[in-house]
Amino acid sequence: MRFLGRIAAITLKEFRQLSRDRLTFGMVVMIPLIQLLMFGYAINNNIRNINVGLLDEAQSFASRSIIEAVKATQVVIITARFESVQEAEAAITAGQVRAVLVLPRDLEHRAANKASQQALGQWLIDGSDNIVSSALLGLRNMPLQELQRNFTQQSTPTFEAVLYFNPERRTPVNIVPGLLAVILTMTMILFTATAIVREKERGNIELLITTPVRSLELMLGKIIPFILIGLTQMTIILSLGHFVFQVPINGQPLQIVGATLLFISASLTLGLIISTIAKTQLQAMQMTVFILLPSILLSGFMFPYEGMPVPAQYIAEALPATHFVRMIRGVVLRDASLMNMQADTAYLIGFTVIGLIIATLKFKKSLD
Amino acid sequence: MDFAIEAHGVTRRFGTYTAVDKLDLRIPKGTIYGFLGPNGSGKSTSIRLLTGLLTPDAGTINILGLDLPRQAELLRTRIGYMTQRFSLFGDLTLIENLQFIARIYSLDRKLMKARIAELLELYELADRSNLLADSLSGGQKQRLALAAATIHQPELLFLDEPTSAVDPENRRDFWEKLFDLSDAGTTILVSTHYMDEAERCHYLAILEAGVKRADDTPQNLMNNMKANVVEISGPNLRQLKQQLLSVPHVKSVAQQGVQLRVLVDKQVVDPLDYIRAATPGLQALHLLALVRPSLEDVFVTSTGGRH
Ligand SMILES: Nc1ncnc2c1ncn2[C@@H]1O[C@H](COP(=O)(O)OP(=O)(O)OP(=O)(O)O)[C@@H](O)[C@H]1O
Ligand SMILES: [Mg+2]
Repeated sequence: MRFLGRIAAITLKEFRQLSRDRLTFGMVVMIPLIQLLMFGYAINNNIRNINVGLLDEAQSFASRSIIEAVKATQVVIITARFESVQEAEAAITAGQVRAVLVLPRDLEHRAANKASQQALGQWLIDGSDNIVSSALLGLRNMPLQELQRNFTQQSTPTFEAVLYFNPERRTPVNIVPGLLAVILTMTMILFTATAIVREKERGNIELLITTPVRSLELMLGKIIPFILIGLTQMTIILSLGHFVFQVPINGQPLQIVGATLLFISASLTLGLIISTIAKTQLQAMQMTVFILLPSILLSGFMFPYEGMPVPAQYIAEALPATHFVRMIRGVVLRDASLMNMQADTAYLIGFTVIGLIIATLKFKKSLD
Repeated sequence: MDFAIEAHGVTRRFGTYTAVDKLDLRIPKGTIYGFLGPNGSGKSTSIRLLTGLLTPDAGTINILGLDLPRQAELLRTRIGYMTQRFSLFGDLTLIENLQFIARIYSLDRKLMKARIAELLELYELADRSNLLADSLSGGQKQRLALAAATIHQPELLFLDEPTSAVDPENRRDFWEKLFDLSDAGTTILVSTHYMDEAERCHYLAILEAGVKRADDTPQNLMNNMKANVVEISGPNLRQLKQQLLSVPHVKSVAQQGVQLRVLVDKQVVDPLDYIRAATPGLQALHLLALVRPSLEDVFVTSTGGRH
């Protein structure tokens, strides 16, 4: 029975080591906990409160009652009103709204004349997120109580729908740009984090800090090679997406590179912050996973932002990946520009600057 | 005199453990100063304090006229530090390592090439210059580390056990290089636990448990030792050793081959008679002789005579 005693001794030793390594210990608990919570939240595909706009050309009793009925579904929330189709389309391109409901001038006539088989209104839908667009498409056949007497036998859809940017609703079209965000999150954070921690582990850091090199120099010197790696990954992913999965690249190359650079910078600074906290490469890896999981689940890559409850949306807003998923889908699929998406652009810039300051302050040139 | 290093009351604790306790140092410029001490005596910690890598809990440190840790950054280009553990990059070649360090110290491009070639030649690494540093032997790694630490020709060099992996033959060569550096005006602080190496220093501090026990030239340390050395040869040395250990004024007994080396407190006027009288196991055929103290004897006496 000696082997059992040896096994027990090893088990005890592992537990002791684990209890001293607070970070690993924390991760052991936090990863399943957070993963569970996030899946719980995010899988909820009962999408509510999608931001939509309204173009009400009828301005009548009928149009107002239709709007009330649409609001009552809680699937959408009307956040903007437009005067023209051009204005509405521009807002969709900029990602301001996911769709616009157009109620035509002859709405009363259409409602009264059921024989004409005409839809009452039209949804202009941003097709760059399939789950959102299918939720909106679900509204096509919504019954309208107010106008029920006119539609005793509902044979025509209440609304007709126009899908912009991804009319065939093909999955790769919205997966590929999102995948860029996930892959960059993983590699950029992991590479920088482990690059510095490795030097702590191997003792190189003791040499480095006796040299004249400054903290910020060290940080920047470390991340520059990874910027190139990130851009290479972007090129590979988008080219494959374009040539293999026929993902349209509608945006300007400069805008695509610009958005990607912003995200790479934000991810790299996150990696640097991790490297100042983690003591071993294993810890750095665990912390990367800690960021990676919500970036996959909450960024809008897998599940639409609109489907998440408010607390999850707050977490999503804090993640650089969320902003990048919005930006890159906007730029690649809708030919939006960084100027169209100022809030996301500003967030990534701010994140990078503040992150770099934190990392530099935290990285002390001493062994204390 | 002009001092390269002046430290007063330097103390450093890790938790409740005091690794360096009220260390006072005055190291004149141009000398080779040794830290001699057993494992865990605080040699590396002292060096880290003196290079500004660790902040002292108490005391003042002045290196080359700069106050630490406040002016640590100004010191960087003027000192070289060879860490106890190999801290260059194992996945870079020798040349790449030296180039990296040279660039960190902003050496002039043209100068850099010549300087690297010179160092590789000097430390007999020229034929290995394109190997990965990981593939070097222990002694070669230490020569590479010394080359890297001196690439910017620092005024003050800290070497933490630089020859721990070097055989005695090569250690002598290594020290020739140190004397050359010293001749050229470099102040060198070197830690070691080799006696032969300690003996080569101009000045020596003996450290134990974070405290400096003695501090002088090796010669003076041996002359002023607070014990006399008696060598005993003859039969039954193991039993004799046990008896000697219980004799009051005997500080330490160590067997060296066919002899016992006995340290007797200096207050004993005639150590030979004293031992003969106090040790019943001694027979007529045992030979006793008073001999010159060695540095090891100094080390044993100053570190409290551990038997
Ligand atoms: N970062 C640290 N945290 C906690 N204790 C430390 C730390 N660094 C050193 N010590 C302790 O301080 C004491 C002195 O260590 P130091 O490395 O200075 O010894 P040393 O004389 O260089 O030994 P060696 O000859 O083995 O290199 C040791 O007991 C060690 O455990
Ligand atoms: Mg040491």
